[in-house]
Amino acid sequence: MEALQSYWWFLISLLGALLVFLLFVQGGQTMLFCSHSSMTRNLKVNSLGRKWELTYTTLVVFGGAFFASFPLFYSTCFGGAYWLWMLILLSFILQAVSYEFRRKPGNLLGTRVYDAFLFFNGCAGCILLGVAVGMMIFGADFTVTKGNILDGGQPVISVWNPSHGLEAIFNWRNLLVGFTVLFLARTNAALYFINSIEEGTAFRARQRRAALVNGAVFVVLFLALVAVIFTSDGYGYDADGVISEVPYKYADNLMSLWWLGFIFVVGVVMVLYGLGKTAVRRVYNHGIVWTGAGTVLAILALMCLLGYNDTAFLPSVTDPQSSLTIRNSSSSYFTLKVMTWVSVLSPIVIAYIAVVWRKLSKPPLTPTELEHEHDAY
Amino acid sequence: MDELINVVDWSRWQFALTAIVHWLFVPLTIGLSLIIGIMETVYYRTRNEKWLRITKFWMTLFGINFACGVATGLILEFEFGTNWSNYSWFVGDIFGAPLAIEGIVAFFLESTFIAVMFFGWKRVSPRFHLAATWLTAIGVALSALWILVANAWMQYPAGMEFDPEQMRNVMVSFKDVVLSPVAVNKFFHTVLSGWVLGSVFVVGVSCWLLIKRNNRDFALRSIKVAGAVGLAGIVLTMWTGDGSAVEVSKYQPMKLAAMEGLYSGSEGQGLVAFGFVNTDKRPFDGQKAIHAEVSIPKGLSILARHDADAFVPGIEDLIRGYAVNESGDTVYKDVSYARRIEMGKTARQALRDYDAAMKRGDAAAMASAKRIIDDNFRYFGYGYLNAPEDAVPPVAVSFYSFRVMVMAGGYLLLFFIVVAWASWRRKVNLLQNRWFCILGLLTIPVVWICSEAGWVLAEVGRQPWTIEGLLPVNAAVSAISSGSVQTTFWLFVALFTVLLVAEVSIMVRHIRRKAETDMFYEPEK
Ligand code: HEM
Repeated sequence: MEALQSYWWFLISLLGALLVFLLFVQGGQTMLFCSHSSMTRNLKVNSLGRKWELTYTTLVVFGGAFFASFPLFYSTCFGGAYWLWMLILLSFILQAVSYEFRRKPGNLLGTRVYDAFLFFNGCAGCILLGVAVGMMIFGADFTVTKGNILDGGQPVISVWNPSHGLEAIFNWRNLLVGFTVLFLARTNAALYFINSIEEGTAFRARQRRAALVNGAVFVVLFLALVAVIFTSDGYGYDADGVISEVPYKYADNLMSLWWLGFIFVVGVVMVLYGLGKTAVRRVYNHGIVWTGAGTVLAILALMCLLGYNDTAFLPSVTDPQSSLTIRNSSSSYFTLKVMTWVSVLSPIVIAYIAVVWRKLSKPPLTPTELEHEHDAY
Repeated sequence: MDELINVVDWSRWQFALTAIVHWLFVPLTIGLSLIIGIMETVYYRTRNEKWLRITKFWMTLFGINFACGVATGLILEFEFGTNWSNYSWFVGDIFGAPLAIEGIVAFFLESTFIAVMFFGWKRVSPRFHLAATWLTAIGVALSALWILVANAWMQYPAGMEFDPEQMRNVMVSFKDVVLSPVAVNKFFHTVLSGWVLGSVFVVGVSCWLLIKRNNRDFALRSIKVAGAVGLAGIVLTMWTGDGSAVEVSKYQPMKLAAMEGLYSGSEGQGLVAFGFVNTDKRPFDGQKAIHAEVSIPKGLSILARHDADAFVPGIEDLIRGYAVNESGDTVYKDVSYARRIEMGKTARQALRDYDAAMKRGDAAAMASAKRIIDDNFRYFGYGYLNAPEDAVPPVAVSFYSFRVMVMAGGYLLLFFIVVAWASWRRKVNLLQNRWFCILGLLTIPVVWICSEAGWVLAEVGRQPWTIEGLLPVNAAVSAISSGSVQTTFWLFVALFTVLLVAEVSIMVRHIRRKAETDMFYEPEK
């Protein structure tokens, strides 16, 4: 049972990590308005437009897989941090239609409004998903009492801070996570543009500068975040499942699970390498490969650190015993086993996504191709 | 308590709103993906440029619609958590699995290959492109499969048992969840009804092109494909609809009684063909249930049991304790609803005792409480009801939605017989008749109403249950204020209205613009 719970926490972490990397789509959406011409903007939208559904689907699958493997999280956090999740959803609804509608005649609101929706989704998607991860690190204000279900008058098992998620948004440590994610996404987006769009040297130079500026901001935020996380206290549980506050819990996890620490460092180094190489070599266009892979590794390790080593992955700061751990919030052995069989399919999924990604990305998108595209966004 | 009722009602409205809006887009995705697949296959085989143009025209409309379906689908998934948090824990162990599988096996397939469909024309080979189109269609059908498995399971919970320690249900048989007769039937009825809807859309829009006269050949070829798909679709939809009625009669007899407005059943029960529901009618008050009733003799017995003389229990019979067993036979004096409420309360008390005993570490007391829970758990949800009448779904809505669906279905059968026949005749025919084309255009709203009515029946008819017999809506919600839910409800209303108006306006503009040109000879962009 414990092996299955750990396996599923690994998969959730992996999906989360892929999602953070794929948020480069959102990052790119925040950079549309700083385009020099409408052609440049359309190129950006269309190169992101070939990927947005992948990000979106990853979010959906992340939700579904979390539900299936750790339903108590779904039940507690979504119903609890209601406003946080509703804002995330709203922004993604707007995104889903904006690509398709933005340049179609008769679209009611005009291209600029749909581009503004994309901008909103870009900021809100990154920051608020970051806030959600922040809650998993720094805790939230809720209680879980399963016995409540027996009370006909007030049957709900989890009760959250009356601000229902707004309190999490206005917490500086959560926001730090959010902005770090945003600037990581923007950096990745600029590197993605360099890789996937061919519009002359001026365009490339601008994207290179954008990558470096955003990359610098990201590095500063990231260092601050790392310092905050690894000096923070966390919550851990003992052999009887009793949960209590543990000083320097995450730093402790990093030491005990040194191999995760190793992956984390490798990921960070890869991100820096991708950025550095882009900085020194003018014509280099594969920065995204390094920063992308590095992002996935670093976030994967970080997410694993939040759940492994007897750690509460959603600590309750009001009532530590209500905190969620991979032991007390998971599905049954049977369900996890069934789901594990299904997860055997994921290499096939990853393989066809990779094949299609390659086929659609090479050669880079050019203004000529865009003008002749039947279904361009 | 009032606040709780408010939250429950607003959460229901919000979910209903999202589901109804989502279902405006999804059946069109289901139907069009198949029709486009066929059209592109014809192109691939014949390399006739005309079929390529036809494929691309419908594909653009497909894309606009798909985006809206995706947008509304995301909210539905997350709403289980945000608005039905108790539900998510109580049955998440079973319900989450199909949702996750849907993502892993279906959504990635759709979203990956749909990008090839739209942006791959010049980047991949025609063969790869065709494969992508079909893989998208398969992805669409697979996602329907898994979400319908989840929905069917709520209507007929199978393959699970209750775990008192965790106060939730856990899965014990995946096969029973996936292959339950309700799930299988629901899948076919729903997907096939999507074929019908997609076909009506293609025929209707093509009829409009025929009225505009610029694209006769284009429209006739489209109708040829859609007419055939639609005819196959409607025949199979009716056939599986009959299967649905049989399943409902077995597993949700209260829903069947409500959709017929049947309070007191009989052998050889008639089917109401025409009538008005008396909305003042309450169980056992002796009032007439249906005014101006015209029935088809023995119709309901035949529909629900395939046996003209079978007994079909009504609402009052069920409350009194008549029940239907697995093979569909009515068993007398099973357990009355009043008794079920007592048993539900007993199970709840035993669960309280179990919990207390577990905290004390008293194994003997736990075992005896567990026995009581096991004996009474079947009716656990009834313990949350105040009176037997609370278990009766809204009769009028169920009654009318069923009739709307079936009558529209009958009309659509005739419609497709005529369309399919006309589209294969070479000579002058009905499709050149302006009035017939107008009829084709007007059939578009009919099929949407029909399809939505099907869901209204399925979901309103199962009230008050989220999980049949186990968890009523009022025990399934989240602990949020009704004000919050109201706010998001109105936000969604505004957002969906704008989205829908924009979508329809884009589609209409696109079709009109194209209709003015000759689509076969218009230079490629
Ligand atoms: C004409 C004969 C038809 C019969 C006897 C019939 C019967 C039924 C029944 C009994 C249900 C409820 C199933 C449940 O609650 O589990 C249902 C649901 C539904 N029907 Fe029909 N139906 C017919 C035609 C149609 C047509 C023509 C369409 C659409 C084009 C349609 C679309 C639906 C949909 C979307 C649902 C909801 C999904 C489901 O529960 O399966 N039906 N139908």
